[in-house]
Amino acid sequence: MDLSNYLMMKQEMSLLVVFLILMVYDLFASENGRKWLQPMGVVLFLVHTVLGFLPYATGTSFAGMYVSGAAEVAIKNILNVGVLLMFLQANGWLGKPESSFKRGEFFMLTLLTLFGMYLMISSGNFLLFYIGLETASLPMAALVAFEKFQKNSAEAGAKYVFNAVFSSAILLFGTSLLYGAMGSLYYDDLSMSLISNPLVILAMVFMLVGLFFKISLVPFHFWTPDVYQGAPTTITAYLSTISKGAAVFALMTILYKVFGSMVFEWHAILWWVIVITITIGNIFAIRQTNLKRFLAFSSISQAGYIALSVMAGTPMGMSATMYYILVYIFSNMAAFGVISAIENKTGKVNMTDYNGLYKTNPYLAVIMMFALFSLGGIPPTAGFFSKFYVFMAASAEHEYVLVFIALLNTIISLYYYLLVVKAMFINASEHPIEKFSSDGYMKLSLVICLIGLIVLGFTSGIYEYLNTVGFGI
Amino acid sequence: MNFLSLFVLIPTLMLLAFMPCKNNMHAIRTVAVTGASLLLMLSIYTVVVFLNARAAGDASPMLFMADTMWYPSLNIHYAVGVDGISVAMLLLSSFIVFTGVFASWNMTPQPREFFMWFSLLSIGVYGFFISIDLFTMVLFYEVALIPMYLLIGLWGTGKKEYSAMKLTLMLMGGSAFMILGVLGIYYSSNAPVHTFNLLEIAKAGIPLSLQYYFFPLTFVGFGVLGAMFPFHTWSPDGHASAPTAVSMLHAGVLMKLGGYGCFRIAIFLMPQAAHELSWIFLILTGISVVYGAFGAVVQTDLKYINAYSSVSHCGLVLFAILMLNETATTGAVMQMLSHGLMTALFFALIGMIYGRTHTRDIREMGGLMKVMPFLSVAYVIAGLASLGLPGLSGFVSEMTIFIGAFQHDDMFRRVFTIVAVSSIVITAVYILRVVGKILYGTIQDKHHEHLTDATWYERLAVVTLIVCIAGIGMYPSFISSLIRNSLSYMAAW
Repeated sequence: MDLSNYLMMKQEMSLLVVFLILMVYDLFASENGRKWLQPMGVVLFLVHTVLGFLPYATGTSFAGMYVSGAAEVAIKNILNVGVLLMFLQANGWLGKPESSFKRGEFFMLTLLTLFGMYLMISSGNFLLFYIGLETASLPMAALVAFEKFQKNSAEAGAKYVFNAVFSSAILLFGTSLLYGAMGSLYYDDLSMSLISNPLVILAMVFMLVGLFFKISLVPFHFWTPDVYQGAPTTITAYLSTISKGAAVFALMTILYKVFGSMVFEWHAILWWVIVITITIGNIFAIRQTNLKRFLAFSSISQAGYIALSVMAGTPMGMSATMYYILVYIFSNMAAFGVISAIENKTGKVNMTDYNGLYKTNPYLAVIMMFALFSLGGIPPTAGFFSKFYVFMAASAEHEYVLVFIALLNTIISLYYYLLVVKAMFINASEHPIEKFSSDGYMKLSLVICLIGLIVLGFTSGIYEYLNTVGFGI
Repeated sequence: MNFLSLFVLIPTLMLLAFMPCKNNMHAIRTVAVTGASLLLMLSIYTVVVFLNARAAGDASPMLFMADTMWYPSLNIHYAVGVDGISVAMLLLSSFIVFTGVFASWNMTPQPREFFMWFSLLSIGVYGFFISIDLFTMVLFYEVALIPMYLLIGLWGTGKKEYSAMKLTLMLMGGSAFMILGVLGIYYSSNAPVHTFNLLEIAKAGIPLSLQYYFFPLTFVGFGVLGAMFPFHTWSPDGHASAPTAVSMLHAGVLMKLGGYGCFRIAIFLMPQAAHELSWIFLILTGISVVYGAFGAVVQTDLKYINAYSSVSHCGLVLFAILMLNETATTGAVMQMLSHGLMTALFFALIGMIYGRTHTRDIREMGGLMKVMPFLSVAYVIAGLASLGLPGLSGFVSEMTIFIGAFQHDDMFRRVFTIVAVSSIVITAVYILRVVGKILYGTIQDKHHEHLTDATWYERLAVVTLIVCIAGIGMYPSFISSLIRNSLSYMAAW
């Protein structure tokens, strides 16, 4: 066996090392020693993240099963940064007595799902892709049901399992049809011999549906609000950013690499899916009062915007997508960070609880405002830039009608984002959330998010780098 | 660094300087006055250098250009440059910001936050006027819009939350049209490389078949901000609810962003489509002009009267721009300046009167000339400027517009010019009605007898604006010489 194959898998290897160290430590640590898991997890993951930025070898290994190009490495780095932010935010929640003894499980399950996402991203064969998808899904269900004695969390876990299994089954069925039609599961083989016929189209539709479930595009989004609401807030942040980002990238590679010749067919599907996703996500978000549910619908509509640049099918579309995912990770992490900081201290998650937040906790309110403005695409936050580039990528393919619908939807989205801003800054409250101070990890993560939201747009370097790694059909 | 960038840098530094001020009113005022004075001096300096450069024979379309590559792969630049129109707009903005600071001298609550949002608004406004790159224009346009939400929602009066939301969403809706137009311009221009640079696009041109799509989009997009009928409905509510300085800045400068954008992007880049399609927008802006004036006649709230009058006057700006000739466009620029100063003066005075009487309903006021002569005389002057008395700025701008408009010899434009001219009469009706009702006659409310007249900082703001209004009225050739060269290179005529 040629061990040099593993050299390509540098990031997977280092992730596994982090995973094993934490697992072994968790096994042998005393009750008291478990509290060191948090700093250990953060530091080890930081090392892993930094390693990801070091020079890497690109190419394929295991006979084309595993692909590691510049784009794959870039998206993994983006996800790593998001996971790091999430680990920082998890401390307040994990430090509670009812979950502190499960710290180790949290880190291990998260790292396992991340490992699965790496495989999804880097796969060059549908078999590996499916393994990655399952590795990413099942531990995720355990994470969603992490607070298993809480009814909401357990219910969300059950819903997630059903949907994950269901969508995997659909995807697997599509894969089997494709194998039946073409006789291969390698992306390269498929892309070379793929011709559009009814069976292949059917296979593609099934596979897309499976992936749409993961990304929660309408009409496959019904699990999203319940799961997001029930899951612990940190896990919701993870689901809505990292998990979604990885699935979008996987969708993009499959569409570009495998179904590149059938661009006409999937364009038509995506066109309609994007229109209803953005619109329905927005319209349902307007009436939400629970902020986690609110952000669930907002993230549904955000997924539509991400898919907009996926649809372009060009290198520019790919780099716009990756940039959007990065900015979206920062915005959503900031928003969920504030929600989880407040939830940890007071247990409040409703929009009315946020009335007058600026008076008592100005920093949290300002960070939340920046996060929401970024999600709404308002300058000077990075969200403006990422949305603009998504629109540019789609306009380059003359999708002006779609861009116009998306632009009109940004106004609806601005309406409900402003509702939260209004609650925090304008509404008066007799019982505002009292002034409190979060733990250092949370503060650090929120500050990083805030800096990111401002810096990512005004410095062009990151987009320019992503622009060099993107590939098209 | 190009000195034009200071226009963005100074408000940014102001924004940062407000942060450590907490609620120390003295420190806040110091920062605000320093920043606003620096901006005023900078814009006067810009005018002087600009006129010198023009006198020295520099006839290029844009002066003081600077270009920094920002996003190389998308060919996005941070590019600045000014022509006579932008210089005039910068000067106007500086005057409004300067007087706005004095008009909000006793801002409560949260004065620091108010001035921080105010600075952000200024960043957007100045940035928009100095940019010659479409991307940065869009960026600054939106930067200027979003502070309005909190400025009105937090510090406003009346149904402020409703107005703030309506204003923000409608203007953002306008920017949705505009962004699509800008993207269309980017991808359809004949330039060898896709570019956002105004001058390069203008030089390369855009195919006529595509102009038909993107001209209306951009014109409507900016027209929303310019209060074009039927997209003007945000304006009365927004102005009526906004705090004084915000009304001033909004009616005085922000609405000019609309007119400036229509001119600079829609007409400058797509002149052929402008010729073909201008009739649609002439009808709409003609309605704005007359409808706004009639709207003002029936209102009883001072701010609503002024807001509708703004719809009428800003409609006239767009109306003049659409006439597509040099005289009318010169008039449009003058009208932008004149209306900016005049409305700012109106809103400042209304704010000062409201601060004393605690009512803006004209039925509850009367005889104010006896109790506050300074403010009342200033109000009369503003009113006379608004109805176009010779010697004040309103006369020269409206005269120039109508002369320019009447130069067209087709029936349609002449008829619409006559319709628009009729608004002058209606303006006289609502101005004189208000002046007669609240300033003369008997005092309606006993409490009004003991009111005080303007304080020094209020006088400073008012006198500055009156001097500018009279200045334009007495010496309009200053403005026309400033912008003359900037119009001659237009391809539209």
